[in-house]
Amino acid sequence: MTKNKKIIATTSLAGCFGCHMSFLDIDERIINLIELVEFNKSPINDIKKFTKHCDIGIIEGGCCNDENIHVLREFRKNCDILISLGECAIMGGLPAMRNGIPLKECLEEAYINGPTVKDVNSQKIIPCDPDIPKILNKVYPCHEIVKIDYFLPGCPPRADLIWNALYALVTGNELLIPYEVFKYD
Amino acid sequence: MGNTINAVIKKYNGDETRLMDILLDIQTELGYISDWTIEQISKALDIPTVEIIQTLSFYHFFHREPKGKYTIYLNDSVVSNFYGKEEVKKVFEEEAGIKFGQVTPDGLIGLFETACIGMSDQEPAALINEQPFPSLTPEKARKIIKMMKEGKSIEDIKGNKYGEGNNSHYLMRSLVNNNIQERGAVIFSDYTPGDAIKKVVKELSSTDIIEEIKKSYLRGRGGAGFPTGLKWEIARKAQGDIKYIFCNADEGEPGTFKDRVILTELPKLVFEGMIIAGYAVGAKYGILYLRNEYRYMREYLEHVLQEMRDDGLLGKFIGGKKGFDFDIRIQCGAGAYVCGEESALIESAEGKRGEPRDRPPFPVESGYLNRPTVVNNVETFCTAVKIILNGAEWYNRMGTKESRGTKVLSVSGDCERPGIYEVEWGFSVNDILRKAGAKTHEVLAVQVGGPSGSCISEKEFNRILAYEDLATGGSLIIIGKKRNLIKDVVLNFQKFFMEESCGSCVPCRVLTVIYKNIIEKIVRGEGRSSDIENLQKWAVFMKNNRCGLGQTATNPTITAIKNFKFIFEESVKNNSENFYSFNENEAVKEYVEIFNKK
Repeated sequence: MTKNKKIIATTSLAGCFGCHMSFLDIDERIINLIELVEFNKSPINDIKKFTKHCDIGIIEGGCCNDENIHVLREFRKNCDILISLGECAIMGGLPAMRNGIPLKECLEEAYINGPTVKDVNSQKIIPCDPDIPKILNKVYPCHEIVKIDYFLPGCPPRADLIWNALYALVTGNELLIPYEVFKYD
Repeated sequence: MGNTINAVIKKYNGDETRLMDILLDIQTELGYISDWTIEQISKALDIPTVEIIQTLSFYHFFHREPKGKYTIYLNDSVVSNFYGKEEVKKVFEEEAGIKFGQVTPDGLIGLFETACIGMSDQEPAALINEQPFPSLTPEKARKIIKMMKEGKSIEDIKGNKYGEGNNSHYLMRSLVNNNIQERGAVIFSDYTPGDAIKKVVKELSSTDIIEEIKKSYLRGRGGAGFPTGLKWEIARKAQGDIKYIFCNADEGEPGTFKDRVILTELPKLVFEGMIIAGYAVGAKYGILYLRNEYRYMREYLEHVLQEMRDDGLLGKFIGGKKGFDFDIRIQCGAGAYVCGEESALIESAEGKRGEPRDRPPFPVESGYLNRPTVVNNVETFCTAVKIILNGAEWYNRMGTKESRGTKVLSVSGDCERPGIYEVEWGFSVNDILRKAGAKTHEVLAVQVGGPSGSCISEKEFNRILAYEDLATGGSLIIIGKKRNLIKDVVLNFQKFFMEESCGSCVPCRVLTVIYKNIIEKIVRGEGRSSDIENLQKWAVFMKNNRCGLGQTATNPTITAIKNFKFIFEESVKNNSENFYSFNENEAVKEYVEIFNKK
């Protein structure tokens, strides 16, 4: 039985974990899901490293720093199919609002000039420890870094959309998405 | 300053629907619209500051900070680039000591780029303090900056080599040339102002006029080709005692400049057409919406209107007829292509952002200030006058079955004789190429109808300019084989649409940016063949946009791919589908530099 189970990995890059929350909103269907799939690297089970090759990788969030790039590339290497889940993975989303502002200005606003920091950061420190991932010049959607096979839109995508898509992918059935499931306005 | 603001507002009776005029006049006086000025206008008109800011921020010729005593707007259109815009730009930058987009520290000179200013027959061209400077060269640019540094007036900098015809009129004094290469039987034929009005007064009722125009099968000359007689009839029957006639002189389609020439040489013909439309529809007010780029004509056009009033052709009792009252005012735009769309144009004339309205209701039922409004192109009004004078039968003898009469074409690009050609409908693209002195074997493509039209190849040069085949608002840009089609043409047009999208509809707002980015990627040599497929596939979403601009904003790309697929395929052939151009070192460079400097 376990042999036929598809293996899934998930990650949240420059996202807010909202897409993962929406994933959990599939509610009791999660019981059906674990009948069908096995989770590998994912925040859901807290497996931190790939332990085997996966069938499906689900990516939440775009890429805002070099660590995101490395994780995404690792997913591409370890998964047959990659899915961009949600607005940030597909378009960069809210974090990409910084793309029109020079990086230096962003950092200064965040650590030196912003109303919540300007009175407490008297030494005007912007953290730059080598352990901190390097921030990219702008936020990139995942498909500009590696090949993405499927895109599930929404902020967050509805649980029904995630469930329907995963179910179809895992079982090989046709994907039926009623208009309401991906209509957002 | 406060006095200036109050005087301007008083001039417009404190009418907030005249906000465009108020802002334009104040900017002329003060140079720019400061936050303080916005506060003052807000108080005087009793409207919130955001209402002023939302109008202000929509148009690219409005400034919220000083843009220099001399403000240079260099044309960034395709044809301008063909004719050496980059060299001129370089000299401007070197001599002024600043980059484009900046103002010199002493506030003397500001350098900016702008979309097509309607001078494609004499590029590269710039607007300097609203005055056109066509046919620029690096030497001229050097001289211009030198004279600015010497503090010379714009008139001195211009010199006195005025263009032919009315360009030399003492109220115009413009360096622009008309370049009328061929005069046809309708627009540029002999004409005595007032003859049509006399005929109307003597023998025609409003329904007679509409019948005659309907019989002529005249279709709107702006590009969409709506039957003019039908439009006037609907407006005539529409409910309401106050109606308006608008003349759309916001020709912003890159490569088009026919209205510039018609307004320069035949303003009375245009105004007479509006007056006759007013008579037919039952309207007493007309508005000429003049694009900001043609504001240099305004004083001259005001003078022409006064002449017509003095001659009894405008104002009360026109032609001596009781009840025949009609007057015209000029409304200037402030730089927005989308205002050429009739409902956006109306919004703009009401002092708002030029965003197209949802339809229905159509302007003929509820337009300017929610009154029935006819909006017609400059050329349409001119044609109507000639039809009234000579009859529908005369008119119907010219052209083809679906397209009667003549069309004024703006021809530019790689040819010997760019300029205005008035030809009967039914000419082929090849005929026009021959007339304009373009060598067919040196022509790669012709952009018909501007960026929103189509980019056609040699295979289609025998197609006929007419509604039944190749419909056009009248511009042809000839693209030589020496040009890089994707970089010089398609990318320029996609940037144009990105800038000019009003942002109301999502597909237009988003896809114009995505298309520009992908074309840039292909130009950098980083495209894949799936990029080309996507460009073709995604264009269908543009049909969901509200206005014509949005619906056609990916046409430069998709028509170029359709007719020149080999050029696109050639530019992506070295890249496999696994090629991703993202470069991690480049992407973290900025971050590393910030901390290295410390």
